[in-house]
Amino acid sequence: MPWTQSVGGVRHHFADLRTLLARASPQRSGDELAGIAARSAEERVAAQMALADLPLKTFLDDFAIPCEDDEVSRLIAEQHDAAAFAIVSHLTVGEFRDWLLSEQASGEILARLAPGLTPEMAAAVSKIMRLQDLIAVAAKIRVITRFRTTIGLPGRLSTRLQPNHPSDDPAAIAASIIDGLLLESGDAVIGINPASDSVETVVNLLRLIEKLRLHLRIPVQSCVLAHITTQMEALRRGAPVDLLFQSIAGTEAANASFGVNLALLGEAHDAARELHRGEIGDNVMYFETGQGSALSADAHHGVDQQTCEARAYAVARQFRPMLVNTVVGFIGPEYLYDGKQIARAGLEDHFCGKLLGLPMGCDVCYTNHAEADQDDMDSLLTLLGAAGVNYIMGVPGADDIMLNYQSTSFHDALYLRALLGLRPAPEFEQWFEQNRRELPRAMSLLAASA
Amino acid sequence: MKDLRRFTAARVGLGRAGNSLPIREVLDFGLAHARARDAVHFPLDVPGLRAECEAAGWSTVCLESAARDRAEYLRRPDLGRRLSEASKAILAPIHGPFDVAFAIADGLSALAVHHHALAVLRELRPMLDGSWNAAWNRAPLALVRFGRVAAGDEIGFALGASMVVVLIGERPGLSTPDSLGIYLTWEPRSGRRDAERNCISNVHGGGLSARDAARLLGVLMTESRARRISGIGLKAPALS
Repeated sequence: MPWTQSVGGVRHHFADLRTLLARASPQRSGDELAGIAARSAEERVAAQMALADLPLKTFLDDFAIPCEDDEVSRLIAEQHDAAAFAIVSHLTVGEFRDWLLSEQASGEILARLAPGLTPEMAAAVSKIMRLQDLIAVAAKIRVITRFRTTIGLPGRLSTRLQPNHPSDDPAAIAASIIDGLLLESGDAVIGINPASDSVETVVNLLRLIEKLRLHLRIPVQSCVLAHITTQMEALRRGAPVDLLFQSIAGTEAANASFGVNLALLGEAHDAARELHRGEIGDNVMYFETGQGSALSADAHHGVDQQTCEARAYAVARQFRPMLVNTVVGFIGPEYLYDGKQIARAGLEDHFCGKLLGLPMGCDVCYTNHAEADQDDMDSLLTLLGAAGVNYIMGVPGADDIMLNYQSTSFHDALYLRALLGLRPAPEFEQWFEQNRRELPRAMSLLAASA
Repeated sequence: MKDLRRFTAARVGLGRAGNSLPIREVLDFGLAHARARDAVHFPLDVPGLRAECEAAGWSTVCLESAARDRAEYLRRPDLGRRLSEASKAILAPIHGPFDVAFAIADGLSALAVHHHALAVLRELRPMLDGSWNAAWNRAPLALVRFGRVAAGDEIGFALGASMVVVLIGERPGLSTPDSLGIYLTWEPRSGRRDAERNCISNVHGGGLSARDAARLLGVLMTESRARRISGIGLKAPALS
């Protein structure tokens, strides 16, 4: 269905819903690369005006990608809870933005609304929200998950300890884990990106974390972020699997390029839950996403990268994940050009994820060919802290020597906690307080024997 | 906890200034990032590189992609994969067939190209001249400004080469601003996918040496010519 909007006597024409969404997207290089971005600043605002007048209900009939072409669209249709939607079903996208900011839209109400919203509704409203809107609304929503620690409680900020090494050297990885624990990092997960995707590597690294965890009696969960089929094979071989990880995207074709589909993810979810390793909860999945992944796989169907990203959250929420984070600046400047585009994308993703009921974290990061530096990371980190992000990354000195990009450091998390009065997950905090004096000695011994 | 540094090149045991990093670590990181940034924006010195290549006995053609400047190049990988109209015209009068076409492209680090590309070609020269088996009939060496790997497909096709080898600057990391990558593609033409190429990466001072890279490349080229394929069906040999 085509849409038009008149601005100052000029009629702007948008051929269909996905074109309208793309033209209304705040500027980013990935949509320009795809040839779907607004062709002028005025056209962008005209599209935002047309979008603001669109009834939310439109998204229940007109999918950005037709159901017959895409299993993610079918999942979105199946997930939709009409009763939960009732409270906002009469609103336009613009009225929805105003309502989200109102006192009526409390955290409790927003949590009940989540199953009634589709990813396209979340994406649409985010496109007409300023950064302060994205922060203010997200800050009202708490999404709490549990395995051995509780993540997402008010007043808490957790970290994924990311101790990667280019040759998966166990002693080097142990040294980075120890460094992170000493700086109160790791309460969301100790998660290693392996350089090798072999089952043996996954098994060995999971055993390494397990040994540390049991020796030091740390309340924490582990994950080795190989392909999910590799992790499932490790699980079948008896490796101590806590969380299962997978990168996911918002279209069936993009997920196929990652070598996954909904059935496979469902199988993995069942397998991890059957282990019953969670001590205080059974959220067992860990997903990463990021704007641009569908376009880079040539699997975006003409849909803008931020809407594709929100659609990935429909996939994520199907499996009650422990952790979900966007890896916002990893993909490079052809998708998010500079610090400004990365910051906006990070806050959009956090907002859309929370609005759809996900325990959102963020890998605040950049590559060396993007127009960004540590100052940009500090800005986004601080804004996400204000928005109530569940967790950020903890990488030694912010320099990931395996993936060759810059993320946030253990020190960055300490800064943010101190600045905003936030604390680690309660179980982890208690362990740290009880063991902090013994820690350096116990750890030196371990490092020496690793 | 400085002794943690014995175990890893990661930035562990950094100490603290309040909750933040001590100033020495902040500046150390800043230097590494500055070097990586300079490498990304370092312009390819085409006349200088051309002179060096010709002195080493290569005839050359200087080309540019459809990207007009560095900023557009970084934003538009699609333009970096195609040649400009002027460059297409330069290639038009040159007719193969050739056994192989080499292209040197700045990619994301012209520094890597200046440091290592010609060194690899020098090491490869005896093989090309027939010291292993039949000599290689070579197209003029293409020097490509604002080029991505796939620009080699158009170049190889236009020249009528059976194979194209692209030497290109890789994305700079904090520890390695000048890493070179080498991509081999059998029967180059537009639309070739990455799975149809073979890649040798991490050619730099702390990584793979020019000599080892040339040896690997020589084996891959010989195999590719014999079996008339490249990509996942052609496995790289182990370095012994």
